[in-house]
Amino acid sequence: MIKLQEINKTYQVGGSPLRALCDVSLQIASGEYLSVMGPSGSGKSTLLNMIGLLDRPDSGRYWFDTVATEELSEERRARLRGENIGFIFQQFHLINRLSAFENIELPMMLAGHPLKQRRNTVADVLAMVGLSARASHKPNQLSGGQLQRVAIARAIVMRPRLLLADEPTGNLDSHSGGEVVDVLEKLNQDGITLIVVTHDQTLGDRAKRHIRMVDGRIHSDHSGDTRSQQRVEKRGKNSVDETD
Amino acid sequence: MSMRLTDQFTFNRQLFLRHRVRTLLLLLAVAIGVASVILLTSLGEGARGYVDREFSALGNRILAVLPGRKETTGGGPPIYGAVPRDLTLEDANALATIPGVLAVAPIVAGTTTVAYSNRSREVITLGSTDAFFAVRQLDVGAGRVLSPRSRSEPLAVCVLGVKVKRELFGSSRALGEWVRVGDRRMRVIGVLEERGESLGLDMRDMLLIPVRTAEQLFDSPSLFRILLDIAPSADSDKIEQKILTVIRKRHDGEEDVTVISQDSMLAAFDSILVTLTLAIAAIASISLLVAGILIMNISLISVSQRRKEIGLLKAIGASSRQIKQLFIGESLLLMSMGSAAGITFAFSLILIFARLWPSFPLQPPVWAVPAALLVAFGTGLVFSIMPAKQAAALDPVLALRGLQP
Repeated sequence: MIKLQEINKTYQVGGSPLRALCDVSLQIASGEYLSVMGPSGSGKSTLLNMIGLLDRPDSGRYWFDTVATEELSEERRARLRGENIGFIFQQFHLINRLSAFENIELPMMLAGHPLKQRRNTVADVLAMVGLSARASHKPNQLSGGQLQRVAIARAIVMRPRLLLADEPTGNLDSHSGGEVVDVLEKLNQDGITLIVVTHDQTLGDRAKRHIRMVDGRIHSDHSGDTRSQQRVEKRGKNSVDETD
Repeated sequence: MSMRLTDQFTFNRQLFLRHRVRTLLLLLAVAIGVASVILLTSLGEGARGYVDREFSALGNRILAVLPGRKETTGGGPPIYGAVPRDLTLEDANALATIPGVLAVAPIVAGTTTVAYSNRSREVITLGSTDAFFAVRQLDVGAGRVLSPRSRSEPLAVCVLGVKVKRELFGSSRALGEWVRVGDRRMRVIGVLEERGESLGLDMRDMLLIPVRTAEQLFDSPSLFRILLDIAPSADSDKIEQKILTVIRKRHDGEEDVTVISQDSMLAAFDSILVTLTLAIAAIASISLLVAGILIMNISLISVSQRRKEIGLLKAIGASSRQIKQLFIGESLLLMSMGSAAGITFAFSLILIFARLWPSFPLQPPVWAVPAALLVAFGTGLVFSIMPAKQAAALDPVLALRGLQP
């Protein structure tokens, strides 16, 4: 489903170039459950943004299904992203002035779906994350776990085939975090491809495939329930992900 | 894939509700701009309407004949006769014979001292005939006007303007009294009715005497001008030509007079007032421009405040074009709501004004509303492009983290 080939990405930070991704090649099949771990500045968020079509590589190729994405216009990439990829963020990124329902319908609204269709779909996904009763609540009336579940509902409302989660439990207590992970894993069981970027070893270990990044390179790529032996290497000089 | 218009409205409405104060202030700025364009142009157009009505209130059509040539149409420069001939009473009588001319009022003008008992005043004195009253549609408030005998006889009578009367006589009776005009004594036979300025002459501050008397008083046969009242059915261009023919015949072939028609005066006023209205409109548009700049500033602030939201919208499938559309749409929506408020406000004021001062109705010119809207939407569009571009260019990765690029 996803094929990256020798992806390179260099950022200019404070006048000096920083290699955030360095000859990264990766294949991900449909329905996989992946965790991406690594120290701060190892390029894992950049990789996630690359896969999510939010960022463009300097060189290398990226096929989404059979589409060579680096050739697409910004408009086509936005459409591909809107229709196939759902994002979940550590900070939830819900819009405060909008109710849970309105936040969730936003992707459909941007895609121009009619209101009636939106109502049905949003009701479905709200039920899926167990928040049917909270549809008209504003974000400030919801708990952290509920907020992240609203964000998940928004991420899946377009029925994407790929779900990208950047520290989905980073801002939650362990109980709410567990609920959120349950929802995500349930979605994965239903066939969605799930990629989780995290610092949290227990969360990372739950995935079926573990990718470890160091200094913009894929350091290891294990499948199965192998506990990763690598200790956190010395911090990379290249610090890109300051907020991780 | 594009957002539905109704959804964009909903999105913007939620935004406006969230930022009520900001939205209201912006609406106010736009409304004031639009209203001032409409009101100020209405003022200009109202002035034009007022002048038009003043002219047509004269009812009849007036031609004025002035001594001297104001402009040369064709031909070389005049070699002989550099000094124009005087226009005389005989010329005026000759013009009266032209068919289509209803009345001819010769006017001698000068200033004299008019005195009664120990009070005296320097006033503009017009020597004319009974025809002057007919042509200028003047009437007396008391007494009577100059008689037809004033055309040929130097009668020792005068008609006072109301201001002159008041200053010389106060509230006591003036009719029948003798006043001293220059070195002559004249009997007051009438006082003009109270009427404001008319065609640049303040008739309240004036003394009217028979034309022959004025000739003697000023010791000169030359007329200040001749006013002609022409029949409504007559062709004023043709009459103008005939006037010139008559004068040429009487002045040894020299066409040394200028004929001014009411139409040409009106046209001159008209063009001045139209220009004035346009200038006013341009000035008023500046306030709309200011509103536009205000919207741009607020939008720029809004872009930086909503960085995360913009990043999110991009992450969930909004293209750069859609982000641009959202921001430009927001500004255009503000402009249309503000314009609607401004138009409503302006027209309510115009209605109130029409009730209070019916004699000077504000009349928005037909182009006022379209012009105001055009400027409003133009500035709305132009000044939202920069914030919209800035929003569209945001890097979603950095924006979502709340980082500056």
